[in-house]
Amino acid sequence: MAIADEVAELRSIAEQAVDKARAAGADAAEALVQGGAELSVKVRMGEPELVHEAGSRALGLRVFKDHRSAVTYTSDFTPASFDEFIRGTVGLAALSEPDELNELPPEAELALGPQPELELWDDATLTVDAGEAIRRALRGEQAARDLDKRVTNSEGASYGRTVGASAFANSSGFSGAYRGSYQSLVVEPVCDDEGGKKRNGYHFTASRFLSGLEDPEHVGREAARKTLAKLGARKISTREAAVVFDPEAGRAILRLLFSVITGTAFYKKSSYLIGREGQPIASQLLTVVDDPLIPRAPGSRPYDGDGLPSRRQAVVEAGVLRTVLCDVYSARKLGRKSTGSAGRGVGGAPGVTSTNFVMQPGTTKGADVVAQTPAGLYVTDMMGFGFNPVTGDFSRGASGFWIENGKLTYPVSEITVSANLEAILQGIDLVGDDLDFRSSTAVPTFRVARMTIAGS
Amino acid sequence: MPQLASRAPFAPAGPAAIDAAIAQRLLSVALASGGDYADLYFEYRASADYVYEEERVRNVGRGITLGLGVRVLKGDATGYAYTEELSTERMLATARTAGQIAAGGGAAPVGVPAQIAVADFYPVAMPSIDAAPQGKLELLRRADRAARAYDARIVKVECSVSEELKEILVVTSDGRLARDTLPLLRFGVRAVAESDGKRQSGSSGGGGRYGMEYFDTPARTPEAHGKEAARIAIVMLDAVDAPAGEMEVVLGPADSGILLHEAVGHGLEADFNRKETSNYSGQIGKRVASDLCTVVDDGTLPSSRGTINVDDEGHEPQKNVLIENGILKDYMHDRISARHFKRAPSGNGRRQSFRHAPLPRMTNTLLLPGSHAPEEIIRSVKRGVFAKRFSGGQVNISNGDFVFSLTEGYLIEDGKLTAPLKGVNLIGNGPDVLTKVTMLGSDFELSDGMWTCGKDGQSVPVGVGTPTVKIAAITVGGTKAG
Repeated sequence: MAIADEVAELRSIAEQAVDKARAAGADAAEALVQGGAELSVKVRMGEPELVHEAGSRALGLRVFKDHRSAVTYTSDFTPASFDEFIRGTVGLAALSEPDELNELPPEAELALGPQPELELWDDATLTVDAGEAIRRALRGEQAARDLDKRVTNSEGASYGRTVGASAFANSSGFSGAYRGSYQSLVVEPVCDDEGGKKRNGYHFTASRFLSGLEDPEHVGREAARKTLAKLGARKISTREAAVVFDPEAGRAILRLLFSVITGTAFYKKSSYLIGREGQPIASQLLTVVDDPLIPRAPGSRPYDGDGLPSRRQAVVEAGVLRTVLCDVYSARKLGRKSTGSAGRGVGGAPGVTSTNFVMQPGTTKGADVVAQTPAGLYVTDMMGFGFNPVTGDFSRGASGFWIENGKLTYPVSEITVSANLEAILQGIDLVGDDLDFRSSTAVPTFRVARMTIAGS
Repeated sequence: MPQLASRAPFAPAGPAAIDAAIAQRLLSVALASGGDYADLYFEYRASADYVYEEERVRNVGRGITLGLGVRVLKGDATGYAYTEELSTERMLATARTAGQIAAGGGAAPVGVPAQIAVADFYPVAMPSIDAAPQGKLELLRRADRAARAYDARIVKVECSVSEELKEILVVTSDGRLARDTLPLLRFGVRAVAESDGKRQSGSSGGGGRYGMEYFDTPARTPEAHGKEAARIAIVMLDAVDAPAGEMEVVLGPADSGILLHEAVGHGLEADFNRKETSNYSGQIGKRVASDLCTVVDDGTLPSSRGTINVDDEGHEPQKNVLIENGILKDYMHDRISARHFKRAPSGNGRRQSFRHAPLPRMTNTLLLPGSHAPEEIIRSVKRGVFAKRFSGGQVNISNGDFVFSLTEGYLIEDGKLTAPLKGVNLIGNGPDVLTKVTMLGSDFELSDGMWTCGKDGQSVPVGVGTPTVKIAAITVGGTKAG
């Protein structure tokens, strides 16, 4: 089926589901229907290893009855099962307990006007079939292996593309639908290091538009360069030092910030930033926005998971916490208005999600952040999950390079970097200008004045 | 094999019943382009969730997932396709799509598969999903009350029950047909404590392949989990900054198995060794741990979260000895790696769902006990860290570096537990850390089922277990240098 027809069909299924739920006795209902097709291939050492191809469709339903709610999902669209599923959902709501906040958003807040055109779809995405996807992956992997003899092995190269359509309707009159495309290529070379250790690395390119992808050869060479640079990595002694985060590793720090500035985290008392709105929570160099309206960006969306219009939010401005991102429920819980930040999958109720969550670039050239650092750690990879949102305590495994006199000297691994998130954000003293939108959470290179590095 | 009433549409009496003849036809189509091997994986999963928050039932949810995944192998290459619609037409199209990985060549005839008998390692009289929902809501209320009653400083409690019942049917072109029904239950409590402007949280949970009888054991009642979550939150109010640097660490029993899972488990999954990207590649027969260490992966432990009656490729689970007295004995295999290493599959081929191709995965990974009393182990440490509870871990397979995140830990000073420590990561290198195991307790415990393992974007439930373990040196990633 052509994807444009599919958008219309999904929208009609969503509207029908809402009508049926109302007919089955629900006071209000909303339905999300998602359909899509994915192709992913993986090659390794010059041979195809996996071709994975499928289409799928699923429906998520939320109903309200007497301020009680239930949330269900199904992928079974046969008429008899579908009707039974909707009746069952309405019955299920009786099990929950009444919560006066359980109702649809007021009509005045819904995105009832025309949807913004965000250029989320590229016709060219589907021109890449399994054969072409394999060729692109092979080219990427080959370029990595050709760059240097020390690239002895490979975790492979993968090309993936997804096209999808999403429709959302509620019984207050909201009905929206849009489609999107996305493609990516990643190459993961492996090098042999001394002492039998192996070093792996990767580089990836991703875009909603096929033309937005980097060349496979470029991806492969970058991946090999990054991996080779790790040869001879060693542990360093425990110390305090400046830490520079590259955009890949630094993104994780911004995810932590997101996790403590949501309405849900606030009402659940799961944030160390409760009560800090309007106050400085970070260095003046830090400005963070959540912007769902950037054309072609991976995290863009025309409306949110409650059916509210998408809008740009300044989250942190020159270090001051400006906005706590809320969906309808958490906003009501906190006695305020939704910021249009609800995300939603078919499997669950709406929840606060980020869209394009971006640390605004500074004026220093990306490469100059390291160049202006007399001594410190340049972190390129982090691992693990050591963060306590309630206290802000942060500790995570890291690897990267030791900086001496503005230059990367030797690779470092098997260490942790630790500090409280408050101290990390307050300690940002240099922000690069090298921002890109491969991922929906994006940061430029930035430096934190001082963190604890635990090593030998 | 469990005798629970089946509700999967593909079950023998279901509306889309799959028998050996239909399976044979699908497999023949899958192999028509010349593939070497094909399998079918039918899955029906019913799940439910109950969330209790602010002293009321906040959320009830249910979901149904149904589908068929078809896999075709040609040499080391895999073709994979799936469908959520079990019409003959769609199933045949899915089989053809998966078969395209093989480009031409003769089609081998496929015989009629024969059903294999499987053991029943998780007998339940009634899956929890069939038990009355009101009973589950009562469990949530009990946990909530217990957590609040523990201490006046508990300001927030959230509890949840998640349950599923999964039915699978695996049919292979080499003639195996296996059915299984897998119950899975998980109960969790999170409590937040507040005092003097300080706030901390604690969690407790558990479960496994149980029905409601899970809650009958004293340590597993809703009250026990509620109190435990509250206890940790209160203890953590007094937590101090953790030290930074290498030191002696004592790991408590049960959940410390996550160290084992990350430090050695993943590196022994044979796909990495087939590709020679693991630092355990080519190490069989060599010393990889101190001679105190015997590590097994056992998919047959009764009712444990990682237990299976049959793996997702139709093979029986086993108790596989991976490391014996410090010597590497074996890897964990799926069909592809077993063929590569010219041996029988080890029952470790697992997948998240019908949308995923199987991979070698752990089931329940255990470090067997030693001879020391746990108190004796703690007494032997002059200055170090006692690690009791964890929130997760991760490993880099290639170089063996792993981390795991500590959520409840204490300083050890002169052989005694002293101050509780703020959350901290431990980082080490797998092959290195196991050589530094210098004492093992006699107090082996299996983790109360709560762990989920992620690999290549696929999540599967797993079990872990250890005794108390002393590691001579590992890096503690605190903030207090020196």
